[in-house]
This record gives sequence, structure tokens and C-alpha cells, in this order.
Amino acid sequence: MLERLRRPWPDTRAERLLGGVSLLVAVGIVAMVAFVAVEAWPIFQHNGLGWLLPGSGLEGEVSNMTAAGNNAPAAVFTLHAWPIVYGTLLTSGIAVVLGIVISVLASVFIVEIAHARLKRVMIPVIRLLASVPSVIYGLIGILVVVPFVGTHLITTPERVSVENVVQLTGEGLGVAALILTLMITPIMVALISEALMTVPPTWKEGAVALGLNPLRAVRAVHLKAIRPAIAAAVVLAGARAVGEAIMIQMVSGGKFFAPKPIDGLTFLYEPLRTLASTIVDFHDGIGAPPLRATLYAFALLLLFSALALSVMGYLVKLPLRRYQTRG
Amino acid sequence: MLALAWIVGIGLCLVAAAIVIYMGVRGIQYLRPDLIFSHPQVSASQAGSGGFLDPLLGTLILTAIGIIVAVPIAICAAIWIVEYGRPSWLARIVESSIEVVAGTPDIVIALFGLAVFQLGFFAPLSFTSEGGGVYGQSFVIAGIMMSLLALPPVFAATRDGLQTVPTHMREAAYALGKTKITTIRRVLLPRVRSHVGTGVTLGMSRIFGDTAIVLLLAGGTARIETQGSVPGINILRGTGSSLTTYVYGNSPAGEGAAPQKAYAAAFVLLVFVLLLNLAVERIGRRSAQDAGQHLGQGVV
Repeated sequence: MLERLRRPWPDTRAERLLGGVSLLVAVGIVAMVAFVAVEAWPIFQHNGLGWLLPGSGLEGEVSNMTAAGNNAPAAVFTLHAWPIVYGTLLTSGIAVVLGIVISVLASVFIVEIAHARLKRVMIPVIRLLASVPSVIYGLIGILVVVPFVGTHLITTPERVSVENVVQLTGEGLGVAALILTLMITPIMVALISEALMTVPPTWKEGAVALGLNPLRAVRAVHLKAIRPAIAAAVVLAGARAVGEAIMIQMVSGGKFFAPKPIDGLTFLYEPLRTLASTIVDFHDGIGAPPLRATLYAFALLLLFSALALSVMGYLVKLPLRRYQTRG
Repeated sequence: MLALAWIVGIGLCLVAAAIVIYMGVRGIQYLRPDLIFSHPQVSASQAGSGGFLDPLLGTLILTAIGIIVAVPIAICAAIWIVEYGRPSWLARIVESSIEVVAGTPDIVIALFGLAVFQLGFFAPLSFTSEGGGVYGQSFVIAGIMMSLLALPPVFAATRDGLQTVPTHMREAAYALGKTKITTIRRVLLPRVRSHVGTGVTLGMSRIFGDTAIVLLLAGGTARIETQGSVPGINILRGTGSSLTTYVYGNSPAGEGAAPQKAYAAAFVLLVFVLLLNLAVERIGRRSAQDAGQHLGQGVV
């Protein structure tokens, strides 16, 4: 029988085997969504979609869940997780917006402006930034940036202004969003500069021939031409930003608080939690059924937002097809 | 805009240099060779609490398991997509699902692992408590989930490599009478060895830097605790930690207040990741010289 296995396989058998392995991957993804959804069901059963909305003390709800045992009464499953959702939107939104600006500028710099020696330095620099693990970003954040912000940037009047509600220690929205921007910039720079390099040089020459100076030509021609790549970069970076757990948990202060823009500059120093960082914070209590369902509900939301971002990226790219430089 | 672009470009370089230099300075300040080679110990004081040999071994074990599981699956999937790929709707589904895996946050993958491996069916793979509850945490479980992290880079690299092989090589093999599967095995796969190497190294650096999966799925014991009595298998079924969770645990965010140990371990971690990065570049450059082709990596 071994002899039969060692003879060259017929193509149909090989195709079926390889196809089966590939199908395994697809089945695995479906299984992932299914398992997470099943574990998250109790929260949806009790709250419907209302658990996303603001409501009474999230802090209290979570501590009830942690304290409840195996046979928790239905009321313990109440959840109003808006502060956490808001925190995720805030950090990821700020990081992506800042990141796009920085990445476009950096990519234009690398591809169009820098001379060859500087280019040879910049490319490894971007690769290095992309490969630093998130726990090291978090370590530098919590040991260097947070004390700096706490002692030098936050003033006493600012502390006093919010002292009834929350303590300003330097850990908060500002540091989290800043480091998150730094984490997602390399991905975007890689995508955007690769796209810039594929724009045909004749387009730029045409613009310069019409009288634009080279940098204006880049703005007029290249940035419009790479819009699909910018969309892809936003999607990829957004998914990474939304799912970042460890770094955010280390520098964001760990309070169920929704930072208020009305507070002015203090807004940037207020602590918060995001979906992913809450999962990390409470993963020890995953034995308690209400808390378990809550954490899985957060995971389901994260999964859906990553999927939604991919779909949105695809939809945004569709009308931009006619600007694509390569078919 | 010119000025802004210069500021941003130089600024990124400065930030990267600052990170590396700072971690280097702190690492050299706090790293002693005995830290790397001694086991963590329970102790009231920092002087007695040992080094991070076990977490280091844990990282290596997890990387090994993750790569061993991911590479065959990724290569099979890439071959099927490029060479066969019928029916086409199935090919699209497989490619999209690998993209979904690439975009999934690692904490969601960790929770998925918990949900699956806490089923009673998988009890042999991890600790069980006396009441019959399955913990769902062990090296092998964490390693299997890590393979999901390494799968997309290896798949993408292999697929791109296979797509750059010119058709005339395949046609030459068919003209000599080779079947499709033999062509793949004997002609195409050796050609894309460097691409696979690049993908594997990228996957390894992703696994090295991951914290969330290890935090949730590897059991969180400072030392490698074995489970059962079969040598080798008992480590796989056992629990432990990795360099990343060691750094996390010793930072002010975890329980330990030992930033020195955290810096030392983080320095070792960074050195490993940078070495892996260098390896990727080396493999890419060498194969491009060999084959006279551009590996198509772009900036990253």
C-alpha cells in the first residue's frame, strides 16, 4: 500500500487534496465567527443590540458580572458598553486620520523627494517600525511617555477641573492615540509608497510639461492616482488600530470613562478603555458566564468591524477603478 | 508641503532611531547574561527572582509549533489557488478568508482558541481541573492559534512567488511528460524556496511579537509546567509564558514592578525581531540576485 502512495499521484487526487486543505482554511474562518457568536449569544439575548448604547454605570455592570457565579440571574446580563465603543472609535479614528496625513507626506518624501542615499536609509527604518512588537511600544509608552505627560504636560488646573470624576495620571487618550498612530504608520507608508512607485513617470512629465513644478505635479497627479491605495491603507490600518489590545491596555488608564471633548485640552489626558483592551483587562474572569458572554460580544463586534472595514475598502475602490494605473 | 514632507520623513527616522537607541541603552544597562540563562523563581525581592529562560524557551516552542502547523497549510492553499483554483467561486472564498484572518485582531483569535479548545473533546490537549472543566490553555493550543497569525504571510509570499514563475517553465515540464503535481513538486516549489523563506520569516516575526494569544492561551505560569508523563508531549500539553508576556507582566501594567527585567527582556525580544527582519532582507536580496528577478516586496 505504501508503494501505491509513493507512485506519482494522479492529478485529480492531488487537486482534491490541495483543495480540501484550502477549504479547511475557509471552514476555519466560518467556525471562528460561529464560535464567537455562539459564546456571545447570551448578551444579545438579554440586551438585543442595545448593549452598544450608553446607559447606567458600566463599571457597576461589569463588577456585577465578575462577582456573579454560574447561575447568575438574568438581570446581571445587562450591559451598556457605549463608553468602550466610544473609546475604540476615538483612538482608532484619531490614529487613522493622523496616520494618513503622516503617511502620505512620508511616502511622498521617500519616493519623490529623498535622494538615493536617504531612500536607502528610510526603507529599512519603515520596516523596522513595522516589525517592533506592540508590547515594546506599550513598554516605552508606559515607562517613558506617560511619566513625561503626567509630570510635564498636565497642569494642576486641568487636574482639578476633572478631579471629582477621574484622575489624570498621564495615561489616557493622547498617549494611546499617539502611539497607535506610530504603530499603523509603517503599514500605510508601505502601501502608499508602493503605489506611488507604480505611477507611470510619463504622467508626471506631462504635468511638468504643462507648467506645474514637480511637487505640485505630485499633488495634482500622483495623489489622485493612488486613491485606491490610500483607501486600502486606511482599511488595513483601521483594522489594525481597532484590534490593538496590549499597547492600549498598557497606556490608556483602564477606566470605564468616555472622554469628553467639551473639556478642551484635558480631553486628551482622560483615561479610557477600548473593546480590545477591556478583553485583555478582564480575561482572567472568563470563567464567569456573564463576563464570558460580554467579552465574546466585544470580540464579535471587533470581528465584524474588521470585516466591515474590508467590505468598505472594496466598495470605496470600485468607483476609483478607472484611475488605476495597472489593470 | 515640501517642508512638511521633510519634517515628517526625518521625524520618522528620528523616532525609529530613538526607539532603538533607548531600548538598546536600557537593555545594555539591565541585561546580564545570567538573566538569559536562569529560570524565573518566586521571590520577594528582585535580586532573587531569576531570569527569563523559561519565557524565552516558551517563545521558541510557540514559534516552532506555529510555523510547523502553518507552513504546510499555507503552501497547499497557495498551490491550489495558483495552479488549480477551480471552481473559481471557491478560490475567491479561500483567498478572502485568508485576508479575513490577516485582518483579525490577535485577541479575537485568542478568544476563538479558548472557545474551541475548552470543549470537552479537546481535553487531552490541556489542563483539566478536578471538576471536569477543561482549561483550554497549553503550549500546543497557543501554538495552533499562532499558526493563524503566520498563515497569511506564508500564503501571500508563496502565491506571489508561484505567480512570478514564467509559464514556459511549466510548459517545458509538461512537454517532457510530467504531470501537474510532479511539476509542482519538482519544478515550481524549488523555484519559490526563497519566497517561502521570506514568508516564513515574516510569519515568525509576527509570532515572536504577539502577546495577546500567549496571555490568554498559554497558561501564564512563570516556568514551563509540564502536564502528564510522556516526555516531549508533556511540554506541549503544559503551560508557560513567552518573552512578550514576561515583558508585559513585569511592566507597570502587569503585576510585577520590575521595569529592569522588562527592559532586559524587551531588548532581547527586539534583537530577535531585528535579526529576523535582516534575514528577510538577506533572503530577498540573495534570491533576487540568483534569479535575476525582483521579489516585488516594495517598501515592506
